Amino acid sequence: MAPGDVYALCASGEDVLMEVADRNNREGIKGWLNPGRYGWERVSYWLQRLTGVGLLAYFVGHIYETSSLTQGPDAWAAMLELTQTPMGHLILLLVIGMSTYHSANGIRLIFTHGGKGLGKPGRPDYPYDAVSLNYRQKSGIWIALILAAAAMLYGASVLFGGE
Amino acid sequence: MIDLIIEKIEKMEKKHQKKETVRSSVVLKVYRANRRARESAHYDSIEVPVERWTTVLDALLYAKAYKDSSIGIRYSCRMASCGSCGMKINGIPRLACYTKVSELEGSTITVEPLTNFPHMRDLVTDFSQFFAHHRDVQPYIQNEEADIKDKAKLSEFMQTPEDLDKFLQFSYCIKCGLCYSACPTVATDTKFPGPQALSQAYRYFIDNRDAGGKERINIVDDRHGIWRCHFAGSCSSVCPKGVDPALGIQLLRGHLLGFSKNEKKVADLQERLKKD
Ligand code: HEM
Ligand code: SF4
Ligand code: FES
Repeated sequence: MAPGDVYALCASGEDVLMEVADRNNREGIKGWLNPGRYGWERVSYWLQRLTGVGLLAYFVGHIYETSSLTQGPDAWAAMLELTQTPMGHLILLLVIGMSTYHSANGIRLIFTHGGKGLGKPGRPDYPYDAVSLNYRQKSGIWIALILAAAAMLYGASVLFGGE
Repeated sequence: MIDLIIEKIEKMEKKHQKKETVRSSVVLKVYRANRRARESAHYDSIEVPVERWTTVLDALLYAKAYKDSSIGIRYSCRMASCGSCGMKINGIPRLACYTKVSELEGSTITVEPLTNFPHMRDLVTDFSQFFAHHRDVQPYIQNEEADIKDKAKLSEFMQTPEDLDKFLQFSYCIKCGLCYSACPTVATDTKFPGPQALSQAYRYFIDNRDAGGKERINIVDDRHGIWRCHFAGSCSSVCPKGVDPALGIQLLRGHLLGFSKNEKKVADLQERLKKD
């Protein structure tokens, strides 16, 4: 039996089918919404995913953009005309923010996933604050956010500032 | 001396004091539906009188006693020990008996069944999957030397307070399922063991009396296993007993990834790689 394969929920087969139909009341992707209700760590999880997917989309677009070079200098120039626009710059700005946040927070996550920087188990006492959600972790998230904002500001000054 | 102690206690109390909302009554917005009867869900609004010390469970029991006896709730101990009364209170999984009405803001309190658990009736959900995941990680000490069936002489295990501290907090789990309901991976993957089961795997893994490490690790080192944890930390933020399941999961993963050193456990893990 594979782990978690026991899904005999009620005595009759009909009920089991019903449960399968509504995914056992799983929250599903809806659970991604409103991350703030569970605190900073959940927000960081959400942003890491969102920026990861955003970067993937940018990566595909970027390959498409640069592959126009193979069609010769004219095709490349035409492509630049499409991308070197205020809208293109805004997207680029977003990419700067996303990649800065994703890398900085990603480095934090590499350590935490290995159990580093989380503190030690002990004897919990009221009000039972979890050591793994400690100040160091929260600071890491804020630093990633601040770095992303700073990178975007600098990017904006280069992209939009003085011709 | 006494003054100093009292001052210290007062300081601590101030630090832990939660914001208090004072009111004489509150409206409970209760999720109502019966799966078997295939009723569609609706909410009943019931006004109940409250005091400073009224818990959400007290309020629900008042509603059940004096307003509508058909409300389905599960509870037993009323003191955060049995793990029966988990429900979503204002959208967040909490124990009804451990949440005071005065801690919550607003004049309405919404109570709904825990998500990620199959729904049964009103606020009652089915825990069989959750318990099955717990059972899957073999949550008991395994050690041939302690086998009382075949050994005439019973052996004893020495354990220092430091050894105890490594797993003690994880053994405080009351299986209330709040973490399972809060976890974003459990929300999309029915085969993922969830924070409760994974932290219990660590609880036994790190216990120096246990020798069942290899098999247990084989269970969590699965495509739907421990690697699906992305450390959103929501399990630890809702756990009412200070178990901090996210910590247990990351520490266990630290051992699997070779970040953490513990000679006996490293030997166990290497043994496992050899045989597979
Ligand atoms: C310095 C570079 C990068 C670092 C350090 C990094 C690190 C990480 C880490 C640690 C995670 C979380 C994994 C987990 O929670 O289990 C993650 C998630 C993700 N990354 Fe990156 N990453 C980097 C670059 C990229 C790039 C360039 C892309 C896109 C092409 C990308 C796409 C994603 C996606 C889609 C996720 C979401 C998956 C998940 O939530 O686990 N990453 N990254
Ligand atoms: S780890 Fe905490 S939240 Fe999860 S079942 Fe155990 S006591 Fe409940
Ligand atoms: S009634 Fe036992 S935990 Fe709430």
